[in-house]
Amino acid sequence: MALALQQLINGLTLGAVYGLIAIGYTMVYGIIGMINFAHGDIYMVSAFIAISVFTLLATFGISSVPLSLLVVLLVAVLFTSVYGWTVERTAYRPLRGSTRLAPLISAIGMSIFLQNMVQLTQGARVKPIAPVLVGGVDLLTVDGFTVHLAYSQVLIIVVTVTLMAAFTWLITRTSFGRQQRSCEQDRTMTALLGINVDRTISLTFMLGAALAAVAGVMVTVYYGVVDFFIGFVAGIKAFTAAVLGGIGSLPGAMLGGLLIGLIEAFWAAYLSAEYKDVATFSILILVLMFRPSGLLGRPEVEKV
Amino acid sequence: MMLRLSGVHAHYGAIHALHGVDLEVQVGEIVTLIGANGAGKSTLMMTLCGQPRASAGRIVFDGEDITRLATHDIARRGISLVPEGRRIFPRMSVLENLQMGAVLADKANFAVDLERMYTLFPILHERCEQRAGTLSGGEQQMLAIARGLMSRPQLLLLDEPSLGLAPLYIKKIFQTIRELNREHGMTILLVEQNAHHALRVADRSYVLQHGRIVLSGSGRELLANPEVHAAYLSGGHA
Repeated sequence: MALALQQLINGLTLGAVYGLIAIGYTMVYGIIGMINFAHGDIYMVSAFIAISVFTLLATFGISSVPLSLLVVLLVAVLFTSVYGWTVERTAYRPLRGSTRLAPLISAIGMSIFLQNMVQLTQGARVKPIAPVLVGGVDLLTVDGFTVHLAYSQVLIIVVTVTLMAAFTWLITRTSFGRQQRSCEQDRTMTALLGINVDRTISLTFMLGAALAAVAGVMVTVYYGVVDFFIGFVAGIKAFTAAVLGGIGSLPGAMLGGLLIGLIEAFWAAYLSAEYKDVATFSILILVLMFRPSGLLGRPEVEKV
Repeated sequence: MMLRLSGVHAHYGAIHALHGVDLEVQVGEIVTLIGANGAGKSTLMMTLCGQPRASAGRIVFDGEDITRLATHDIARRGISLVPEGRRIFPRMSVLENLQMGAVLADKANFAVDLERMYTLFPILHERCEQRAGTLSGGEQQMLAIARGLMSRPQLLLLDEPSLGLAPLYIKKIFQTIRELNREHGMTILLVEQNAHHALRVADRSYVLQHGRIVLSGSGRELLANPEVHAAYLSGGHA
């Protein structure tokens, strides 16, 4: 029972991170119908920016945790959004109107490029930082097993819930959100109403990257280590989350992220920690086979 | 002169759809464009908006050459298209569709304009929270027209507004077109299959055939023209 509670906490933390990344996949798919395979690497870039800024702040002797977290979040979001914008501009926009496969291949190329760029400039070794947010509370002890809730986990869950609420509001209630959704439904008509579609697509990439940036910072705080390859696995898991929730659906991405996090945590605790990735990817295959539109996605066929 | 097309050619992929169209619309006019299916009427309307861009020729609006402008920039000059097939946003509410139409408009006018559309088409008021995709064809057509009017355009392009509508609604739509023109001085370029209605409402008309203008004149002249009568009005029903 205590173990289950512990894994629930761990799973929710992990799921929150997957959910944040999954939103980027689902929004980009919604608006231009492509899977941005470089999205996981955007998240990895953000983790490296976080490490650099944390280290920089430490050398300046800034030790206030809330202050350094805030600075790191701002810097990471800013730089990572620029990455998101640049990737769309250089690798995808020139291929718009081409075959469906072209931007997909370009995305894989961009992913490899980003990994190699970071590997070359930052080195291939795992990079650790001094723990940023230490400590936590012991919730209860049953039969010698203590359920521990780390402050970093509280931070991740609170930040994620806040961001997702703000994001849902942005998409469903604001003028930008309406323009974003109208681009998803009919880009030509949206342009006919005077909206700059290219700009809306750019902003969508930047927003997705910003959320991935927050995820990158959170993971850096949580694990304290990064390497140039973390984007690949996290990216594919977040992609699985987006597919499970229903690709193109915003609430679906959030739900899918949480589910994947929970499944992974419980699988690791009760079945096999070594094979936890197998669980995730089996889900991807099963969903694609039996429910390709996902839990909250809408079926492809639509009344016109 | 509000709008002048000279020698406009357009291609849809490999199809050469417009072969040098010359057309003019004066401020405050209702001009209609009639022609058979596939004559290039809708292509002409879309080309005006840069979708696709004219492959040759010039389009001048309000003294400015807009031939090479991006679609959204053309819309920002005050041209609003109610396109063929309605193209409402099906997964947005009726109200959200109207808000989308008002993106270019002054925010201060929104409440007044919304009220005006709801008075014009009361059914839209009743259904304002409903997803637009669940509306009937006729209701969607009204929504598309209302959306096109929300930006208070200088030039309204209407592509077959009566398509799929019950006769009662057709009457209402044409009544609305006349009102907009008379009371608000809105300039209108109208494409219609229903040539009878189109010619009666028009100040001037053009007949398009295989991507070329073959006839033009006042609505009355064309109504009386035996060729037009044979081609577009015979078996004519109102």
